[in-house]
Amino acid sequence: MKLILNEEQNYLKETALGFVSEKTPVSHLRHLRDSDDQLCWDKDIWSEMVKLGWSGILIPEEYGGSNFGLTGMSVILQECGKTLTPSPLFASGVLGATALTKFGSEEQKQKYLSKIASGELTTALAIDENSHHNPNICELKAIKDGSQYVLSGKKIFVVDGASADIIIVVARTSGEDDDVSGLSLFLVGSDNPNLKKVKLDMADSRNYANITFDNVSVDENMILGDIDMGLEPINEILDVARIALSAEMLGSCEKAFEITIEYLKERKQFGVPIGSFQALQHRAAEMFCEIELTKSAVMAAMQGAEENSNDLQRLSSLAKSIVGETSHLVSNEAVQMHGGIGVTDEYDIGFYLKRVRVAETILGNSTFHQERYANLTGF
Amino acid sequence: MSDLENFRVEVKDWLDKNCPSTMRTGAPTDTPIDEVWGGRKAVYKNPDSKLWLDRMGEKGWTMPTVPREYGGGGLNKEEVKILNEEMFAIGARAPLLSFGIWMLAPVLLEYGNEAQKKEHLPKIIRGEIRWCQGYSEPGSGSDLASLATKAEDMGDHFLVNGQKVWTSYADKADWIFALVRTGPKEPKHSGISFLLIDMENPGVSTKPITLISGKSPFCETFFDNVEVPKENLVGELNAGWTIAKKLLQHERKFISNFGLAAGMGSKKDVVSLAKKHFGEDEGKISNPIFRSKVIDHKMKEHAFGLTLQRAADEGGKASAVASMFKYYGTEHNKRRHELMVAASGVNGLAWDGNEFDDSEKNLTRAWLRTKGNSIEGGTSEVQLNVISKRVLELPSG
Repeated sequence: MKLILNEEQNYLKETALGFVSEKTPVSHLRHLRDSDDQLCWDKDIWSEMVKLGWSGILIPEEYGGSNFGLTGMSVILQECGKTLTPSPLFASGVLGATALTKFGSEEQKQKYLSKIASGELTTALAIDENSHHNPNICELKAIKDGSQYVLSGKKIFVVDGASADIIIVVARTSGEDDDVSGLSLFLVGSDNPNLKKVKLDMADSRNYANITFDNVSVDENMILGDIDMGLEPINEILDVARIALSAEMLGSCEKAFEITIEYLKERKQFGVPIGSFQALQHRAAEMFCEIELTKSAVMAAMQGAEENSNDLQRLSSLAKSIVGETSHLVSNEAVQMHGGIGVTDEYDIGFYLKRVRVAETILGNSTFHQERYANLTGF
Repeated sequence: MSDLENFRVEVKDWLDKNCPSTMRTGAPTDTPIDEVWGGRKAVYKNPDSKLWLDRMGEKGWTMPTVPREYGGGGLNKEEVKILNEEMFAIGARAPLLSFGIWMLAPVLLEYGNEAQKKEHLPKIIRGEIRWCQGYSEPGSGSDLASLATKAEDMGDHFLVNGQKVWTSYADKADWIFALVRTGPKEPKHSGISFLLIDMENPGVSTKPITLISGKSPFCETFFDNVEVPKENLVGELNAGWTIAKKLLQHERKFISNFGLAAGMGSKKDVVSLAKKHFGEDEGKISNPIFRSKVIDHKMKEHAFGLTLQRAADEGGKASAVASMFKYYGTEHNKRRHELMVAASGVNGLAWDGNEFDDSEKNLTRAWLRTKGNSIEGGTSEVQLNVISKRVLELPSG
């Protein structure tokens, strides 16, 4: 496993950086927030991303994608993270595309994958039921009724849940509420009349919803993968997404750090740039080291996914956990080193703080992934 | 067969005939007695280790990339890779540990004149001369450039007076490469020269230093009217600081790699110690508070290992990266030993006697010894300065 990007991946990364710098600087997110945009992302921007082929990077060519691999997708999200660019790329292009590619029937793939690639529809994964990510806890039940399944229960904090056309929902089809077996995936149209979405207003101004399933009837051909497939295959989807999200968070950390270093060079107090003070220099150098370690962990996870590493679960948890910790360090220090303007809404640095903290809670925070890594390693 | 395939066959064949069986024990063990450092004063407990050194030295394979004319192996990168692979395959031990190889030789290759390269490189490569490093002084630690050991121009030779400290293995070394002040009136960085000194010269003496961890390889080295030939000046007069900085990079890389490699290969793992002393609960360290510290530490270690790998994959550029590895590697090694001592409780603080086993007593000393890792070769604070100035380009105070 080589921990470097190849030429195509580097090219993709540069393209993405060019795109987000020009089209979606942080002012883009600020504008969406200030105009109280209910979508929390911009349809025109999304169309342009689709045209660049980003939505189909994890989708096989026969279904309209490019099958370019997780590293390619992750480096794009890393660049999106630099300007906090909101889009359905993560929920649809990563979670939806991975779930359907891995577990979809031929019919489901034909029906959905090409539309995800073309941007015609977007997806969301409804998995969490509590304030902390814990995927084996699932009280939402799907009960068989003839050729239908009836879903009832509640999912919370569904990423892009307020805008997605198709909700991929984890439901219990057998076993107790905290069993790792007895879990199944269902595809549910978000226009189902018995499905109630409440948009969440989170600190990062992105798109989330709580979704209540009130006797939602779903045809059995809308089961994604095997019935009672359990947590392990679901984790395959989650690990891909955790790695991609780690890359996005890494990008945000890198940029927040870069902005802060620039500020240390510009801002003068006592007649000198504050970056000349050793008290700040050493903290900046320590951040540099932590970010370097984070880059390596994220790189190893991306490349591990490309090569179907049998250590992927551990690499995924390592990446998500380390990037979570680095996010705390960098976002806190970035605000502190900016002094007074760091805590004003007018200045962008606070947006980074808010985004990385919400992102950290998606699909498991650092503590969750430390515990998982430790259990997998035998600590 | 390609040239490289032929080369592999040759190497295999040669190793088969020339690597003594007692030298095929894999990576060096914990016992320093087994280490081979060469030099005029070397004592070989196992005659095979001398044989192995002589044979490898003759081939120039202790420094395989150095040109043949200077006694090296004259191999290219691919050939070195093959040599390493074949040596690893039979568990061949390093024939020679040497500051000459790690620090001085790269500097001689870059800054030495033809005569110096011809004179010193073959002896380094064959392990005939053991070198030590004369950098720090009692009054010049982090502010190394303030060093005061002076070398006066006496016409046909330099007259050296002063004191060096932290000279590792000075009592066992034959020659010392030293930084000396040759321009007392110049600004401090511009009055330093890089001088090679034979320690058999009258006026050179050494005295070992005892550390908090007990006996150590460190010494003080004294120069009392030592006459050094002019030809032993490396590079230009008063241009030694550039060479010194270059050499420090080699040293930092060596220290950080060494620390990590030693840690990762060690059987004294913090996890097994924690399980032994706290007990296990369904395969988990029973003490949850300690377990969470271990987890955090081991994950950082994993990420640091990946970072070393990534730097190698990227082609290992940037000198400032050496500072990062030195800083992080040594600080991490200190934390690792703190956790091992904490996991061992009373048994982690044993000093001597028969009530504790050797691994416990060694742990105590190893833990104390790590305190020096983040001081020697440039303190952690100095490394952070280097990162902030060279990588982050923050303004000087």
